[in-house]
Amino acid sequence: MAMTSGSGTPGGRPRAQRPHLSKMERVVVSMQDPDQGVRMRSQRLLITVISHAVTGGDVVEWLAQKFCISEEEALHLGDLLAQHGYLYPLREPHSLALRPDETPYRFQTPYFWTSTLWPAAELDYAIYLTKKNIRKQGALLEHEKEHYDQLHKKINHTWDLVVMQAREQLRAAKQRRKGDRLVIACQEQTYWLVNRPPPGAPNVLEQGPERGSCTGSRVQMSSDFYKREIEFSRKALGRTRVKSSICLEAYLKFSSQHSLHDPILSGCLPSNPWITDDDSYWTINAPMVAVPTKLRVERWAFSFQELLDDPVGRTHFMDFLQTEFSAENLSFWEACEELRFGGQAQIPDLVDAVYQQFLAPGAARWVNIDSRTMERTLEGLRQPHRYVLDDAQLHIYMLMKKDSYPRFLKSDMYKGLLGEAVIPLEAKRRFVHLVVLIMRLLVPAGKIFARLAEPESSPPTRAFFRGTGIPTVCSPYLQTRRTYRPASFEITSTTGLFLAQK
Amino acid sequence: MASDGLHESETLAALRSEAESLKGKLEEERAKLHDVELRQVAERVEALGQFVMKTRRTLKGHGNKVLCMDWCRDKRRIVSSSQDGKVIVWDSFTTNKEHAVTMPCTWVMACAYAPSGCAIACGGLDNKCSVYPLTFDKNENMAAKKKSVAMHTNYLSACSFTNSDMQILTASGDGTCALWDVESGQLLQSFHGHGADVLCLDLAPSETGNTFVSGGCDKKAMVWDMRSGQCVQAFETHESDINSVRYYPSGDAFASGSDDATCRLYDLRADREVAIYSKESIIFGASSVDFSLSGRLLFAGYNDYTINVWDVLKGVRVSILFGHENRVSTLRVSPDGTAFCSGSWDHTLRVWA
Repeated sequence: MAMTSGSGTPGGRPRAQRPHLSKMERVVVSMQDPDQGVRMRSQRLLITVISHAVTGGDVVEWLAQKFCISEEEALHLGDLLAQHGYLYPLREPHSLALRPDETPYRFQTPYFWTSTLWPAAELDYAIYLTKKNIRKQGALLEHEKEHYDQLHKKINHTWDLVVMQAREQLRAAKQRRKGDRLVIACQEQTYWLVNRPPPGAPNVLEQGPERGSCTGSRVQMSSDFYKREIEFSRKALGRTRVKSSICLEAYLKFSSQHSLHDPILSGCLPSNPWITDDDSYWTINAPMVAVPTKLRVERWAFSFQELLDDPVGRTHFMDFLQTEFSAENLSFWEACEELRFGGQAQIPDLVDAVYQQFLAPGAARWVNIDSRTMERTLEGLRQPHRYVLDDAQLHIYMLMKKDSYPRFLKSDMYKGLLGEAVIPLEAKRRFVHLVVLIMRLLVPAGKIFARLAEPESSPPTRAFFRGTGIPTVCSPYLQTRRTYRPASFEITSTTGLFLAQK
Repeated sequence: MASDGLHESETLAALRSEAESLKGKLEEERAKLHDVELRQVAERVEALGQFVMKTRRTLKGHGNKVLCMDWCRDKRRIVSSSQDGKVIVWDSFTTNKEHAVTMPCTWVMACAYAPSGCAIACGGLDNKCSVYPLTFDKNENMAAKKKSVAMHTNYLSACSFTNSDMQILTASGDGTCALWDVESGQLLQSFHGHGADVLCLDLAPSETGNTFVSGGCDKKAMVWDMRSGQCVQAFETHESDINSVRYYPSGDAFASGSDDATCRLYDLRADREVAIYSKESIIFGASSVDFSLSGRLLFAGYNDYTINVWDVLKGVRVSILFGHENRVSTLRVSPDGTAFCSGSWDHTLRVWA
């Protein structure tokens, strides 16, 4: 089936880089390996026999074995291969989906492979539709009819050529064996399903806005460009590097230190809001909450940055600094941050304010910077810019980090904060609570209710017991002022979820 | 004169070969300090158990491909942008739409939430980055207060606020990144060095940091000093476009996702690639990556409609998540790490936990 030389897509060459296509082709080629590939069989279709057919189920099994993946993943991958036109169903393919059963498929001929990126021109499509029209005596699919009519209008002037080509190709096809004819028709149909997907089907060829590539489009490969690269490489050669073993150890340390603080990894208390629809977790971890959780206070000890990043932590650190008469350091650091990330127009005023308050001789909150840095800073203040306080800020930051911060962690204040911090109670799943709530409203007798209120066999490690030995659980859903006292047990009114722990 | 032209092309060729040979020397230097693989070091670490994550919320409302999303610092609101120019702000916990604006261009490939939660930024084929203040006044038209901040000469691929609402960092198809003052629209710094379109960027969480990393169609990931505009480190090991870059939570490393179907981890102190996350059955490009809070997990969205979850230390895949019906174009973990959100060309966003 010859392709007419297409008009090509406007804007030139097809995008050279579609690595997934060549990878798919490698998979498809190995699927057709006579020894290691998918089992080939001859498929009977009505009165013809098609050779080299495979079943969807065999394809899925082969992929699962070859890549050591689950059947679900193998089916997903096989389906993508079909959607991209590398596999086609033999029985009247209207959609390119892979079925994991006895449905017969065949591998697309390389001539039609998606990676060849034929321009799939209008002329070719017109010829194809015309052929189909003639063969099926006008019974085209809805969207095909639309395209046919559109094309007929658009390239009306060459329509004679179209019809002639179509008739010629049909005539040539009739001279082939029925089996071959059927296969060729399927191959062509698959090609067009990929290049002209029916409405509702995904367009696998769509790539989004065109991207430039290295070979010359947007940035000039000029001598300046190379000079910069050379300059960069020279500098990089001179840089100090750290041994891999040290760097990689750091990941292990970081990850293990933070693993209990990672909600996706370790869960979170009382519960993950997205899973239980209960947003208590956010309430108790609000930015400026009165009593932070234990995990949160523990994090302040991980690094100075963690302490500063937390508004509650920073406030307590400021209080601590006040006891040491060095609170101006933190205030200065905050003022510098405001300058660094502030609006351009505010720079002169901010710099002046910082100078007056922290750096000027006799300033109200004078910060103790070494003389060299102070000199450099004051010099720079003549031409204030956003980074003019960087050196001073770094100096003060390091001072706090190396000096005040370790003392803070050892202080009674911090220890006290750790002690007062709360550990939230694990909330049970919403469904159970809802049931409990409903039963409570409907069934005044305590006995049935008591049975329902028994915890599930798995987790709750933090229920607390009252008198009768039947565990009750504090829950945000049972929030009521009344205390309900059925015969066998009691539920306390819930004013909060928390169990303070020493 | 003809001889001048010849001289010039010789010089260009000479420069190119010198650049190449220096790059080779650089690789040799980097290799000298590489005394152990991450996988070996991670043998001491316990393997992760069975991993179950499900879609907990599905956000429907975009009429076309979702291209980008970002979380608000309040841990529940998100902004998302799509191909048809719509930018929507959702409370993803309740799935309610809170704001919507239609941009005058299609393919809004970048959007970002301001740290204060009071504004959003977005841009795409209009080559600009615009900031919209979020107002709760029902009568006010969001589009009326729009502020045009960044101007590039090609599409905007990524944008991010720095630590405040007053500065925006942008990446563009014109091969550059740029830092802008929001109030005045003034260009504060521009970053040249990529050899092709820049597709992504991420700001470093480091303590004294003033750096960010960018990835582009030239297969390079480059680390920049925001103050000087200089590239301080570059990594070129990917085999195709780098679609996404994200810092490891400690700031000592960053991960990248590329069209070559791999994700890679680059260490900044060792100055080299230290891990590759790939599998033979993963054929399609990774479009977006993000770390869980502890950095132990790497979530990556792919163009084959799936999300793969990687064990960062052991280098193996922990889980594969199905659900989207077209390519996953964007993925971010929520600020408190309780969930992550993925956006797809199937017009929806999903929150997973």
